[in-house]
Amino acid sequence: MKFIFALGESWAGIRSNVSMVISIILVTFISLAFVGIAALLQLQINEMKNYWYDRAQVAVYMCTDVSPAAACPTGEASEAEIAAVEAQLKSNVLAPYIDQYYFETHEEAYEKFSEDFADSTVASYVTPEQLNEAFWVNLNNPEQSAIITESFSGVGGVEQVRDQRGYLDSIFSFLNAGSITAGAVAGVMLASALLLISTTIRLSAFSRRREIGIMRLVGASNFSIQFPFVLEGVIAATLGALLSAGAVLASVRFLVQDFLAVRLPFTAFVGLDQALLVVPWLIAGGVILSALASAVAIRRYLKV
Amino acid sequence: MITIREAVKTYKGSDDPALKSISLQVERGEFVFLVGASGSGKSTLMRMVLREDVPNQGSIHVLGEDLINLASRRVPIFRRRLGVVFQDFRLLPQKNVYENVAYSSRVIGKSRGFIETAVPDVLSLVGLSEKAKRMPSELSGGEQQRVAVARAIVNKPDILLADEPTGNLDPNTSGEIMDLLERINLGGTTVLMATHDRGIVDRLKKRVVELSNGEIIRDEIAAGYREFDTGQIPKADSE
Repeated sequence: MKFIFALGESWAGIRSNVSMVISIILVTFISLAFVGIAALLQLQINEMKNYWYDRAQVAVYMCTDVSPAAACPTGEASEAEIAAVEAQLKSNVLAPYIDQYYFETHEEAYEKFSEDFADSTVASYVTPEQLNEAFWVNLNNPEQSAIITESFSGVGGVEQVRDQRGYLDSIFSFLNAGSITAGAVAGVMLASALLLISTTIRLSAFSRRREIGIMRLVGASNFSIQFPFVLEGVIAATLGALLSAGAVLASVRFLVQDFLAVRLPFTAFVGLDQALLVVPWLIAGGVILSALASAVAIRRYLKV
Repeated sequence: MITIREAVKTYKGSDDPALKSISLQVERGEFVFLVGASGSGKSTLMRMVLREDVPNQGSIHVLGEDLINLASRRVPIFRRRLGVVFQDFRLLPQKNVYENVAYSSRVIGKSRGFIETAVPDVLSLVGLSEKAKRMPSELSGGEQQRVAVARAIVNKPDILLADEPTGNLDPNTSGEIMDLLERINLGGTTVLMATHDRGIVDRLKKRVVELSNGEIIRDEIAAGYREFDTGQIPKADSE
């Protein structure tokens, strides 16, 4: 009964303030959508890290005749140099860190290369001798690639040591920058949403100052005077939050799953299950922030 | 009912106190006129009784509550035992008569059952049963004030405060409102009414408390509206 009365008061406030309430809905929608995008990008980064870091290898590329002279003054790595590298991989110093390794010959490298670039004309210009022989090393802990890099840099016959995670890290830092940007935009938008909510609530209270005056005179509790205004802000912000939740789900469903995932089949993408993890936080965030903003606004208004 | 002892009220930024050591005792069921020129302290005194403000010194007890030490969260509960009527009616323009009266019951969480019996009761007491569905703008001033009185008494207050309730009304309509207030008073409600209306005060012969410059200069039982030494020309009886 009392709640229904409060709801009726809120509805009256919303009706008398339609344009402001719509602006709250839109601003909350946009700001929470950015929060959702930032969160999804973080989840995407984690998803890719989990998938790729386990598979990432460290490659010890041996010299070829076409390698730069600075790294390989003697040209193609000799049998002895290859054996020396393998001995070191097997040594007590490195063995504990290594899960497994294998040696890739010129022919194997060529085969892989032709497969990867089957559609490209590059494949026809490349000969097996131009491609590096290499030790492919899987580490027990992919984070410790520095051990391999340091052990083999500058060793005779080694052209380069390359951690595949290096390629991933640049992708991740790109995604991370996107996530941080989205987060920053979300922060600014949220700040303006909060200010907008508190302005709207003050306007709404001003337009109902007669009712407030009468409520005080007849002894309505502070809670029952303030609650309809808080409810008004929360209802508007919740509508915005629901829109942003819909936008997040729709963008995962149609943009990521139907578009990106189809075009990049070997990449792990965030799915609806992860989007559904984000959605409750968006709605809860919208409700809590708007409740706080409108509660502070109405208290300050009524104190003056 | 109301006990005020040596209450002093000085507003911020003013050297001259609005109330200078006021002492006043009002018993249950009394009808008291508060008279005096504008700025004499009537409104300040009413605000104190409503606990919209508290004195800087002295004490004020209303309905057994020490208003100076009353916790602010208990103020709403205290106010539920008071009814208030103003010169400017203060009705909600977008609600009809019935809803205006019911509003003051709803906001303090009275049950639907209470509202459905109490509101028609007070509307018939003030003689507006026929106009329950009208909007305030469709009513005359006197009718609007009767709605305001109905709203003030629907929750059965112990004290009714009326701040110049006839200030905007013609003499005939004022008479109707006063009849209504007298009837409410006969029902046991203490009435404290601030007024400038000489005719009403002289006719009703109730207790009169006269304020001047923040001091009580007269407190008489069954008295008339006299302002001593003010040099005012005695007004002809308005009725």
